[in-house]
Amino acid sequence: MSEQEHDTGGASRRKFIGAAAAAGGMAVIAPGIHLIEVSQANAPTRPPGEAASNLVRWGMLIDTNKCTAGCDDCVKACATENNINEKVADVRQGSQWIRKIEVKEAKGGHTFSLPMMCQHCAEPPCVDVCPTGASMKRADGIVLVDRHSCIGCRYCMMACPYKARSFVHQPLTGQNPEVPRGQGCVESCNFCVTRIDKGQLPACVESCAKAGHHAMIFGDLNDPSSEIARRIAQTATTQIRADLRLDLGVRYQGI
Amino acid sequence: MEIQHQHIRLEQYHPQKIYLFYVVLAVGALISALGLGSAYYMEHHGHVVTGMNNQVFWGLPHVFAIFLIVAASGVLNVASIGSVFGKKMYKPRAPLSGMLAIAMLAAGLAVIMLDLGRADRLIIAMTHFNPTSVFGWNVVLYPGFFGIVGLYLWTLMDKPMNQYSKYAGFAAFFWRIALTTGTGSIFAFVVARQAYHSAILPPMFIVMSFAWGLAAFMIVQRVMFGWCDIMIDVSIRARLKNLLGIFIAASAYFVIVYHLTNIYFAKQTGFESFILLNGGTITVIFWLGYVFLGTILPLFMLFHPDIWPRPLAVCAASGLAIVGAFSFLYVFIIGGQLYPLDIFPGMEVTSTFMDGKIDTYVPSLPEILLGFGGLGIAFTITVLGVRSLRFLPNDDVTVLDGGGHILE
Repeated sequence: MSEQEHDTGGASRRKFIGAAAAAGGMAVIAPGIHLIEVSQANAPTRPPGEAASNLVRWGMLIDTNKCTAGCDDCVKACATENNINEKVADVRQGSQWIRKIEVKEAKGGHTFSLPMMCQHCAEPPCVDVCPTGASMKRADGIVLVDRHSCIGCRYCMMACPYKARSFVHQPLTGQNPEVPRGQGCVESCNFCVTRIDKGQLPACVESCAKAGHHAMIFGDLNDPSSEIARRIAQTATTQIRADLRLDLGVRYQGI
Repeated sequence: MEIQHQHIRLEQYHPQKIYLFYVVLAVGALISALGLGSAYYMEHHGHVVTGMNNQVFWGLPHVFAIFLIVAASGVLNVASIGSVFGKKMYKPRAPLSGMLAIAMLAAGLAVIMLDLGRADRLIIAMTHFNPTSVFGWNVVLYPGFFGIVGLYLWTLMDKPMNQYSKYAGFAAFFWRIALTTGTGSIFAFVVARQAYHSAILPPMFIVMSFAWGLAAFMIVQRVMFGWCDIMIDVSIRARLKNLLGIFIAASAYFVIVYHLTNIYFAKQTGFESFILLNGGTITVIFWLGYVFLGTILPLFMLFHPDIWPRPLAVCAASGLAIVGAFSFLYVFIIGGQLYPLDIFPGMEVTSTFMDGKIDTYVPSLPEILLGFGGLGIAFTITVLGVRSLRFLPNDDVTVLDGGGHILE
């Protein structure tokens, strides 16, 4: 082997080592970059197979001062995300994972608008009353229904103080495989649990931000550095029907 | 002095009427089949074919089911008065009472199960126990009731086992009190709803079960005796009708207290005025169905000295008490859901989903047929039971009278 060849070989070896080092470095740094991204969303990815942690308490803050009456972007985004597109002749028989409520103070006349959905109680009455354990609370505070063990008794609907649960009245087709729904089962907002596990925001929150309202903030209530925790620490927020002491995951501002 | 034993023997296998038995059985089976067919139809198409929706999600089938379940535990009371409280007049009635209790509970459970969104997953409810769920308790209480009442019937109807009937009767009595407490608690524990969440509901359901169960018992007894061309002794009828009257009045007392306490709370006045004054059909059903037809009229008939001794008067009053039961449950279950949840107390609310609005509910044909199917199932089990075993009361009036057990 000539010296030139040797040099060339050495250069190529050095290139290889450099590339390998860069790739290794990226492998080490990349999750860090990803963490920085998700820290803005307040939703770190949960790897498959890893149990939800009770160190996290997912929550939502809704600023009614920024929520516009008549705007239902969040409702539409929820329907799209979860494939709630079935046609029902009677709207009351359709699923309502999230709905807009217009509220008016009876005497003073002050009005505000807000989205209402499952409030993800820490002490959820729906979980208490469920005879099969289909209604459950995840360690990270998300309340959801196991569509495969729900028998459709509707006791959870009776127990929910927020009318947040719906019963599927008819056969469904063309579902989102990540959001299984089914005729004869009860369902409700699950904070877009599969999106959260992927480090994304719930569809309603994302759509609200996209529309420029920024009325909904999602994040970890247990993390003092999260935006939601800071806002709740600084501003007066309300839990709806706080008298029931259910310790809600959803807070409202401006009520 | 030697007491003349005047036995009234009941011939259950009346040869001339045997054909009629099959007709009656066929009618019961047909009604049951219509109910089962409706359940299949609802299961196949979904609850979209019912009048229920996401505001009123417990509909007419629940009215029938809860009537049957509450009356089932109440009808056992007739046996309990004999076994637990030692009243001899009631002892010959214990087997019929126990059999009716099983028949009505089976029918009530059938209706509630067939109305489930996924009745095929019932096994999950039976194999998973959630101690905080009243439905969970009921999964233990209901099968337990079948077992204990079944044992009780064995001790009543098999001579060597008679010695244990008092113990079995006690167990059945306590179990039935627990069972009706459980049924009342389904609603009493619902903290968020104006119509429910009240500690008065379990005892109210227990008292109502006494009235509804005895009314059902009186009708069945009258029909079965009529079948055998036997008139029940007037003194026995007097005792039973007085007891029924007391139970109807006691139920009314609980209903009055329930509404009075609600009226007193400012936060509940909207709900109360909906039920009692301006609820349309619900208000009419409450006043006409429950108060007048189901309470005042039967009480008048049972205690008016010229009316109650007439043939069929006590039976008709019992029927009216059952009309009252259905009226009460319709107002309680349907009316309680029609009125909007008070999510924002003191605020006026509107939404795309009935917030702040009073809903409407019209039961559909499948729901009506499923409800009546439940009555058909109870009826069919009763007819078969009475045909197969000696369930009919066999009164020895002279012995009872001589022993001071019948008091005018």
